[in-house]
Amino acid sequence: MSALLDLNTIWFILVGVLFAGYAILDGFDLGVGALHLFTRTDTERRLMINAIGPVWDGNEVWLVTGGGALFAAFPEVYATAFSGFYLAFMLLLVALIFRAVAIEFRSKQPGRRWRQMWDGSFAASSIVSSLLIGVALGNVAWGIPLTERHEFAGSFLSLLHPYALLVGVTTVALFMMHGAIYTVMKTDGELQAKVRGWVNNTIIGFIICYVTTTMATLLYVPNMTDTIKRHPVLFLLALLNMLAIANIPREIHHGREFHAFLSSCAAMLALLTLFGLGMFPNLIFSNPAPANSLTVYNAASSPQTLGIMLVIALLGMPLVVAYTVSIYWIFRGKVKLTASSY
Amino acid sequence: MDVLFLSRLQFALTIAFHYLFPPLSIGLGVILVAMEGMYLKTKNPLFHHMTRFWVRIFGLVFALGVASGIVMEFQFGTNWSAYSRFVGDVFGSALAAEGVFAFFLESGFLAILLFGWDKVSPRMHFIATILVAFGAHFSAVWIIVANSWQQTPAGHHIVMGPNGPRAEIVDFWQVVFNPSTLDRLSHAVLGGWQAAAFFVLSVSAWYLLHRRHTEFAKISMKVGLVVAAFASLMQLATGHSSAAGVSRNQPVKLAAYEGHYEAAAPAPLYLFGWVDEEAETVRLGVKLPGMLSWLVHGDPAAPVVGLRAVPPGERPPVNLVFQTYHLMVALGMALLALSWLGLFLWWRRRLFETRWFQWLLVFAVLGPQLANQAGWASAEVGRQPYIVQGLLRTADALSPVVGAGEVLTSIILFGLVYLLLFVLFVYLLNEKIQHGPADDETAGEGQRA
Repeated sequence: MSALLDLNTIWFILVGVLFAGYAILDGFDLGVGALHLFTRTDTERRLMINAIGPVWDGNEVWLVTGGGALFAAFPEVYATAFSGFYLAFMLLLVALIFRAVAIEFRSKQPGRRWRQMWDGSFAASSIVSSLLIGVALGNVAWGIPLTERHEFAGSFLSLLHPYALLVGVTTVALFMMHGAIYTVMKTDGELQAKVRGWVNNTIIGFIICYVTTTMATLLYVPNMTDTIKRHPVLFLLALLNMLAIANIPREIHHGREFHAFLSSCAAMLALLTLFGLGMFPNLIFSNPAPANSLTVYNAASSPQTLGIMLVIALLGMPLVVAYTVSIYWIFRGKVKLTASSY
Repeated sequence: MDVLFLSRLQFALTIAFHYLFPPLSIGLGVILVAMEGMYLKTKNPLFHHMTRFWVRIFGLVFALGVASGIVMEFQFGTNWSAYSRFVGDVFGSALAAEGVFAFFLESGFLAILLFGWDKVSPRMHFIATILVAFGAHFSAVWIIVANSWQQTPAGHHIVMGPNGPRAEIVDFWQVVFNPSTLDRLSHAVLGGWQAAAFFVLSVSAWYLLHRRHTEFAKISMKVGLVVAAFASLMQLATGHSSAAGVSRNQPVKLAAYEGHYEAAAPAPLYLFGWVDEEAETVRLGVKLPGMLSWLVHGDPAAPVVGLRAVPPGERPPVNLVFQTYHLMVALGMALLALSWLGLFLWWRRRLFETRWFQWLLVFAVLGPQLANQAGWASAEVGRQPYIVQGLLRTADALSPVVGAGEVLTSIILFGLVYLLLFVLFVYLLNEKIQHGPADDETAGEGQRA
């Protein structure tokens, strides 16, 4: 790692921040979706949806803005990744549309069949979205075949190799854990007691996936582990990640749900930082033919544009953080069903 | 069917569907600010019920706008990767600015609008309404900056990038204020105001005709009518200014608008007609001779650049551009007449008694929607065969790795999903309108009326 923080590296970090913001924020509402069908009664399901009601939409904006920032800062990556992962992305888009619509439409009719249909769509689209996001991450880590002109040279099915699917399943497990903790934080009474029981199961599920993925990465994905091997101090991040996860059951046990949620956020942040460090300076690793990889240097916009965009980010991101914090503050506390609920 | 045709079809389908919703959000944002502002000023509970009713409609419209908008954000990369590589430095910046400055503002404060009635003070709620309306307009600003740069590129230079030539920003403000930005922004935003105003008018007229929520409907109608009459009148100015801009910056497009072929001759203005592209002439048309020359140059005898000034390979599909443009203009005139007729009836105190006029208003909701769609179609198709005017051809902008089969699959997928969404949207909209403004706290409002 160069000590010099050039514009390209800054934009690598900023795009990373946007996608990490997306993973941490939309991660819990995707997780709530994945857990949705484990609840039984209509009231419980309404509580689940209303727990994320005021925020899920804003959470998704992190993905949209992350996509826009990727387009602006690293157009080559935007072009290669989205055209290369064509069908996978179309499926993700359809899943995200269905999810938005399921949340919006479920409450509009009282009929049982109507609500069951949207409950099913909500859960399925949440799981499919999480899985596809994970598969995309897995492919970025593993590397995809690129031509000399940086075009994708594989096929849709070649994206579904075991390592990518493993990262996909791990992502679903991670979001379910995160979502369960969020639900405990936002609910009380019977539903909270029920979800509290799920938290440990989701943690165990995630740890099994995480350990498997880590072993697979160490064995088969040397490009992701080189940086950390060269800088052993970075191993502390992995340790921090494990400590944060271990802290979750402790906080839940003491009834400090907000701390548990923060722990979960910290664990995700550590995980994503490790991922980013593993990738850098590559944005898309070409496997085979690493020489064709897209890096923060050969995929970037002009320094002029990166500079302008940095000004936009410096003006805009404090506002974004301010909005986000105020919305979460206004809607803090346990969720209650009212006339304006879903 | 080739990839180019299919990719264009997919873009047309997804943008047309998406564009049903943002104009309504833009306009309803303004109308909500007016309604809630009047409530805070007068404390008349009727305005409160109006605000709550239209906020619920706004929520539905916004949700559909977001759901269909996510596709737009990524579609440049999926289907138009060569375009993305070429314009990312310029176009991507505007798109990212839209996310940072508009989307977060809109989606964040929308939560307060929808769910915050009991969580924040009325004043804070009003501020949230204003911020959401601002967000909707900021969003229009940045996306129209990006799109206008495609029409009239400025502030950039072409350099050799890692994968061939690409456009890079030289002067950010020249990109933002490229020659067509302001004309197109004002025209599109007012189109949004018209869409929402006629929507409000349509629902109000329907209530009046069915003698339901009449007090609510009368005030809503007045608010809607003021906005509709103002926006429709202003569209004359922005429409004229846009056309004058097109004549300066994209003369071939203007020639296609009017089916004007002769390379340099005085040009008429057609009220309607049918362009025979084989014979390079307009059939069955009614024209005002010299009118286009007069509008563009202030002189009915002045020559106007025609389609023959460029080789056939440089011309857009003329009849499609001609028809969509004329449809937009005709609808714009009809909406102007309708809204000012409404003001006249209001002045003569016959607005709430004239049933035939109310029936016209019920159906007039379709007018701005059709005009907005037709206007965008003529603007975008009129730029063909270029995707970035003069710099990049649409045929050279595709994703080289995406095949016709994949595009066809995604078209079918989106086609089915959008059809379902549209049916559900209309169904739920109808439910909300049938249900009316009277929720728990306003029960009995119907009797009082």
